[in-house]
Amino acid sequence: MNQPSIPMRAPAAVLAAAGIAITLYLWLFLHAESQLSVAILLAVALAAVVAGRRLGATRRLEAAGMSRPGLARLWAAAGTLALIAAFYDTHFALLMICTVLLYTTACLGLTLQFGFSGVANFAGAAFFGIGSYATAVLAAHSGLPHLLIIVIAGVISALVGSLLIAPVLRTRGHYAALVTIAFGILFKTFIEVNDVLGGPQGLQVPGMRLFGYALNDGFTVFGADVSFYVSYALLSLGICGGVFAVVKALERSWVGLAMDVVRTDETAAATFGLHIARWKVVAFMLGNFFAGIAGSVYGMVTGFVAPNNFTFSDSLLMLSIVILGGLGNAVGLVPAAIIVLVLPEKLQFIQEYRFLFYAALVIAILLFRPAGLMPRKTRLFFAGEASR
Amino acid sequence: MSSVNDTGVMVEVRGLTMRFGGLTALDSLDMRIREGEILGLLGPNGSGKTTFFNVLTGLYKASGGSIRYRGEEVIGKSPQEIYRGGVARTFQRSRLSLPLTVFDNIVIGDYQHMRHGLGFNLFRRKAFRAEYDAYVDKVKGLLEIFSPPLVARLFEPVETFTMIDRRRIEVCRALMSQPRLLLLDEPSAGMTHDETHELMNDILDVRGKLKSLSVVLIEHEMNVIERITDRCVVLNYGKKIAEGTYAQITADPDVQTAYLGEEAA
Repeated sequence: MNQPSIPMRAPAAVLAAAGIAITLYLWLFLHAESQLSVAILLAVALAAVVAGRRLGATRRLEAAGMSRPGLARLWAAAGTLALIAAFYDTHFALLMICTVLLYTTACLGLTLQFGFSGVANFAGAAFFGIGSYATAVLAAHSGLPHLLIIVIAGVISALVGSLLIAPVLRTRGHYAALVTIAFGILFKTFIEVNDVLGGPQGLQVPGMRLFGYALNDGFTVFGADVSFYVSYALLSLGICGGVFAVVKALERSWVGLAMDVVRTDETAAATFGLHIARWKVVAFMLGNFFAGIAGSVYGMVTGFVAPNNFTFSDSLLMLSIVILGGLGNAVGLVPAAIIVLVLPEKLQFIQEYRFLFYAALVIAILLFRPAGLMPRKTRLFFAGEASR
Repeated sequence: MSSVNDTGVMVEVRGLTMRFGGLTALDSLDMRIREGEILGLLGPNGSGKTTFFNVLTGLYKASGGSIRYRGEEVIGKSPQEIYRGGVARTFQRSRLSLPLTVFDNIVIGDYQHMRHGLGFNLFRRKAFRAEYDAYVDKVKGLLEIFSPPLVARLFEPVETFTMIDRRRIEVCRALMSQPRLLLLDEPSAGMTHDETHELMNDILDVRGKLKSLSVVLIEHEMNVIERITDRCVVLNYGKKIAEGTYAQITADPDVQTAYLGEEAA
């Protein structure tokens, strides 16, 4: 705290310690079922956050992450793999991991739209849903390889979203947001009244097949039965990691710069030759593509899609993850998604009060951290540039 | 129009009119901007100076008249096309992207030459790095001229800088595009006398290096106008009331009325 500049000691060791500690904590958290253990874990998290800030550990971790981004990603991936391995036979924990990874993927898309280009999309769940429905239909009625279906589902989501481009570009701020809200409601209603797509009852989604192997079959390793969710969790991790890498690469490129300038000052952007519409369209299409592929895999994970999974409140949930994590910060999405998606499940024992508790927690977080859990950092195109 | 092709005329403005509802901000304005000159644009507040910049850069569409820039009609073109034609500007109220770094804000001035395709930016990181490194050197080079202390703070967000530094950054952003025509909207507002002096010296320096660069300067400080402009145009209520060298316009009775009248009021 007293030192203005952080002495950069052994970033690798800092990252290793943080990686192991966070993985262990999440392992305990996903295990916790009793009121007491959940309460203790929440208290530990609060104490760790406060102590981390007091002792400068948080800043040291941030600095370590900035100086060795590749290593930080490796630890994140390794930690997630360790969790998947630890819960190899626990369906529910694996489903939670899949959900967090896939929602994070969709929210990466929303970050590109809202955080980078300033286009608030209040229909995230609709584009997620378009991916799920496209997968349900394509997997049931075509012989296309399932990996290709995931990509096609994303493309369909982006193409359906392109219907909104004209009204979104013609309006700004709140008005553009209203256009997306209307679309989200339109999507849900359309699905509900459409008998071909199953109406309110929804559709079955066939399980995924990869190179002749059916993911839903599950498998055994050294004689132990492994949950079929393990395969889906690995797939979700791969997709989430890939989308994360793309979004980060875009942020640290002229594309990210152009989007930031368009968001912060359209007049200045136009004066220096930036095509406002082009960048908003790129962000909007790409973001919906990511939401679509996340929805595609999510549909296969749950095996079932219905209109009620893709309501306006689900869109709000996604947007709240984006804002809670720190608008524009891809890394912040992960803790935010865990708080928004896993915490209510862990609070089952207080029944409906869990939503009250969870809502109060979100308000408390934003009260103490108005820019989100991890506010977006100033862009550096390459690690270590500031010290050059 | 034969006059358009006159050597030495960069911008030819004829009968330019800009109305906002009942208000006429520019009223059949005729003027010229010559190659390589520094033209002072003067006038009391609300006389249409900034409106002229906004029309010339394509932000407003004129209600009537024409602006020919290097022989081509400007009215009807988008701000992006006009920028690519070599016109760059600063804004009266600073328009920088505050959360972005000094580097980000300046480098965007050269957007037209950046390779901003998705494929290049995503998949050719090595080539991107090379282009990026070249830009870092170029931005540093510009800052060395305008504000050497800013070089050390190249990667700090603009919101941490004073207004004066922000204006310098805006001038650098405009120059980054290597414009033919540079429009400066009150660059010295809020600066002390010495700071203004320094900034104007830097602008003269840059003009000395780029012989064909024309500069239009909106400015209120008369000693600045006297020192650096080759010629002046004075506006009042959207009309040109005088044109000539500093000595000529200050001797003009209409100009004296416009200014003294305002001060007396």
